[in-house]
Amino acid sequence: MIKLENIHKSYNTGATSLHVLKGISAEIHEGEMVSIMGSSGSGKSTLLNILGILDGYDQGSYLLNNIPVRNMTEKKAAWFRNNYLGFVFQSFNLINYKNALENVALPLYYQNISRKKRNIIAMEYLEKVGLKEWAHHLPSELSGGQKQRIAIARSIISKPKVIFADEPTGALDTTTSYEVMNILKEINKEGITIVIVTHENDIAGMTDRIIRLKDGLIINKK
Amino acid sequence: MFDRDKWLEIWSTVKQNKLRTFLTSFSVFWGIFMLIILLGSGKGLQNGVEKEFAADATNTVWINGGVTTMPYKGMLPGRRINLKSADLLTISKEVQAGDELSVRKDIWQNNTISYKNKFVSFDVKCVSPAYGKVENIEMLEGRFLNALDMSDNRKVVSIGYLVRDELFGENNQAIGEIILINDIPFKVVGVFTDSGGDRDVRRVYIPHSSASKVFGFGDEIGRIPILTSANVEESKLMEQRIRLKLSETHIFDPADPRAINVWNNVENYAQFTSLFAMINIFVWFIGIMTIIAGIVGVSNIMIIVVKERTKEIGIRKAIGARPSSIVSLIIMESVVITSVAGYLGLVFGTFILGLMSKYMPDSDFFANPEVSLGVAIQATVVLVISGALAGFWPALRAARIRPIEALRDE
Repeated sequence: MIKLENIHKSYNTGATSLHVLKGISAEIHEGEMVSIMGSSGSGKSTLLNILGILDGYDQGSYLLNNIPVRNMTEKKAAWFRNNYLGFVFQSFNLINYKNALENVALPLYYQNISRKKRNIIAMEYLEKVGLKEWAHHLPSELSGGQKQRIAIARSIISKPKVIFADEPTGALDTTTSYEVMNILKEINKEGITIVIVTHENDIAGMTDRIIRLKDGLIINKK
Repeated sequence: MFDRDKWLEIWSTVKQNKLRTFLTSFSVFWGIFMLIILLGSGKGLQNGVEKEFAADATNTVWINGGVTTMPYKGMLPGRRINLKSADLLTISKEVQAGDELSVRKDIWQNNTISYKNKFVSFDVKCVSPAYGKVENIEMLEGRFLNALDMSDNRKVVSIGYLVRDELFGENNQAIGEIILINDIPFKVVGVFTDSGGDRDVRRVYIPHSSASKVFGFGDEIGRIPILTSANVEESKLMEQRIRLKLSETHIFDPADPRAINVWNNVENYAQFTSLFAMINIFVWFIGIMTIIAGIVGVSNIMIIVVKERTKEIGIRKAIGARPSSIVSLIIMESVVITSVAGYLGLVFGTFILGLMSKYMPDSDFFANPEVSLGVAIQATVVLVISGALAGFWPALRAARIRPIEALRDE
């Protein structure tokens, strides 16, 4: 599903250049649930951004579902993100003036699906994450765990191939974290590939495989 | 493009920033309001002056006698030149095909007009039948003078409705009655009105031929209005030719400006028309400048809106929003704010013009301030375009937001 070969990425900040990824090669198969671990500054978020086509890379090659991802136009990247990828963030990133249902339905809006139809689908997904009763509440009226579950529902509504989760449990307590992980695992069982960036060992331990990063390189593949 | 989600989003941002939206809208509102008031007032000024012109035909060149101011062929200046019937023939050879000549001789006496025991004093004009067109006379009843009146030297009179009202009482039958003009009986054949104002209806018209006999001014013709199809250039050339010809028969220096007096309405009217075209351009210029100030305000606000919504735009992009959908969202918001505010300005401006039109007395130079439907449509088009322009740069900025930068923005 994902094939990385010798990926390099550096950030230019004025005169100094910061070499973040120094040759990453990795493969993630369809249906896998993989975690990327590493200390802060190891490049794990940068790697996730590249995987999610939110950022470009300088060298190497990246195949997503056997399609080379390189120098994509914004329009094409948008189409990929909309149809192939789903995102879950540490800070949930829900739109605060839209209620739970509208937030979940948003990806379908960009697929030009009618309002009526997408609300019906969104309701199904809300039910799936156990928040059907909260459909018409605004994010500000929900707890952290509920918000993250809505974010997950939003990420899977477009039936993506891969879900990228950036510290999905970073803002949650242990119990809620485990609930969220259980939902992600269930989604994984339906065949969706999941990539989680985390620095928590117990969270990483719940995945099939851990990719450890240090100073821009993969130090072990388990 | 016009789906409910976008409207909801526009509504929610507007609602979240009431004061800011109000202040921005106000600048656009004010711009359009001022444009409408200016255009309306300009039109009022134009209407006023045009009304003055419309009272008489605008395509006339008047030839009148004068007094020489230059010595010529041994004659001293200060000689009176009076137009004679022979001059009518001379002039008729110099005008354009189809042009109509008429004559008007004013009687400058204390004209007493009486009917039974009523005695009043009004202007008496001795004219030929074509003169009715020069004054744009409108008959209320009966007829104006005709060719037979002239050839048979009939003692008939066409009277203004105010003359009728004073002599016969308001709206009373006057046709067929005999009135005395300086003790000479004339038969009333028509009652007329004239949009030129009271002065033009406080007068009576009698045939020039009969008047010259009964009042004894002989061959004197008075002034000659020419109803012409000439344009400005042609009318000026015509004026020159006539001056030259008359200088030969009346023996005066063709360069003498006062020997005969020419009043070229064709030229004057063209000057007024171009003056108002200039005023109109000037008003639009000021209006557009005012609107630009408003647009800059809207643009500024939209930039702030984009900045405030950076994170949201980033989220949308991560979810799969195309740059074009972000651009159209911002531009639409801008168009909506500008259009609504501008439309209110348009309505309010028109309302104020309506009040002005209703409660301000019409003067000679100001009447019926108004904006036409065409102007309203033009203003609307200007609004939508300016709204789109105001939103364009902020929208491009929004489209360029990179999702990772936006999402990092905590």
